[in-house]
Amino acid sequence: MDIAFIIEKLILISAILAISLVIAMYTTLAERKFAGFFQDRVGPNRAGPWGLLQPLADGVKLFTKEEIIPTHAGTFLFVLGPSLSMFTACITTAVIPWGQDLFLFGRNISLQVADINVGVLYVFGVVSLGVYGVMIGGWASNNKFSLLAAVRSASQNISYEIAMGLSIIALLMMTGTLSLREISEQQSGMNWNIFYQPLGFLIFMICSFAETNRTPFDLPECETELVGGHHTEYSSMKLGFYLFAEYINMFVSSAIMASLYFGGYNYPGMHLISNPNVAALIGVAAFFTKILLFIFFFIWVRWTVPRFRYDQLMKLGWKVLIPLAIINIALTGAGILFFGK
Amino acid sequence: MNSLTNRKKVLESKKMNFWERIYLPAILHGLSITMKHFFKKKTTIYYPEQKREFSENFRGLHSLKRDENGAERCTACGLCALSCPAEAITMTAAERKPGEEHLYREEKYASVYEINMLRCIFCGFCEEACPKAAIFLDGDIAKAGYKRDEFIFGKDKLVEPIVK
Repeated sequence: MDIAFIIEKLILISAILAISLVIAMYTTLAERKFAGFFQDRVGPNRAGPWGLLQPLADGVKLFTKEEIIPTHAGTFLFVLGPSLSMFTACITTAVIPWGQDLFLFGRNISLQVADINVGVLYVFGVVSLGVYGVMIGGWASNNKFSLLAAVRSASQNISYEIAMGLSIIALLMMTGTLSLREISEQQSGMNWNIFYQPLGFLIFMICSFAETNRTPFDLPECETELVGGHHTEYSSMKLGFYLFAEYINMFVSSAIMASLYFGGYNYPGMHLISNPNVAALIGVAAFFTKILLFIFFFIWVRWTVPRFRYDQLMKLGWKVLIPLAIINIALTGAGILFFGK
Repeated sequence: MNSLTNRKKVLESKKMNFWERIYLPAILHGLSITMKHFFKKKTTIYYPEQKREFSENFRGLHSLKRDENGAERCTACGLCALSCPAEAITMTAAERKPGEEHLYREEKYASVYEINMLRCIFCGFCEEACPKAAIFLDGDIAKAGYKRDEFIFGKDKLVEPIVK
């Protein structure tokens, strides 16, 4: 544990944090802009060229708004809710491998904050913690709508986490490892897991829509029924944290989908580039391209598919996705048995 | 039982088949539709920079007209105020002094003429009632404002500028 190692990791952590915050910031703009495009409008275009300063204006607006804590709300938990939401959204990025190792200053710099051998489990653990932010916030608000949203969110996450976990099991049977780095390495070139696990990917993707509370599964903040859902009572930057955490979650789950199923930082023709640093940097770019495409897909789906009714949501989770995921495991097992992967 | 008009249509609610029930084809179809709109030409008119053309009979802000010599046409007869269903118009009449002939066409003129734009419904009755062709609703759309008294338009805003 030398000092250079600590500096290297600190720089990496700050860079990743900054990148994920900036991407989340601009995803808010992209969401509004694309929402406009999908509806034959132009979207926000006043702040800066093409509205590029809009996220900044939104941030300033949220920061300068009055902070209201309702009299009957539990103050500590009320503050803890959005903080936890934001915190869990940010720490998931720690295990994602952003690229191959770089060789700089005679050192081998890994573009991953922590290559822990239970990476996938870590992601799952943190993602399930994320629902506490919504739950605590909704409960501490002391508001019926918020509480309903919190309950919905909790049950939704529990139901979809099962299917998500099951769909991952099929993947793990193939890869034989829980480390995200090793999973990425195994998919070098075009050997992506999506070609072996299309059904698993479909289930995983649907579940990640549910986990990030995006439409068609955005029941916790269903405006038509629950006013603002879990953030009804929130104002100022605490509201901003909730909204922001959703976009960071979107970024993170895009990154996970890309690294689990779409080859992570791998791209076709990777071995042809002789300079390892250049190859790694192109890999990072390829990874971010995949992530951004997924984010675009999230937005695209949001402005296409209407929201599920609550019973439909539960039915889809328990009666469709979980059996499908189990069938997928059986199919994968049979595939491994007969074709040896 | 037959309905009297015989125009009743019984809607069939067929059971969805398996292909329809997995929803994914329908979702993909929806996605393709939204994608088409994504690249469509936008119909937005960028308002303050671009303006949509008004129709011929569009009724906008009022203007008090001048005659060909630049004298105000209004004679403060009060017919516009009387015809106004929203009671938005008030005026005070005054007598023209000698030497003011170039300012006011008639011997009587409106020294104060105010229209409350918050009350005005832009019906155009004042325009129809005016015997002197002094008021027309040929202006722009009404502006927004922050205070209520900004909406009481006096002669400074209503009388059209002198054309040289």
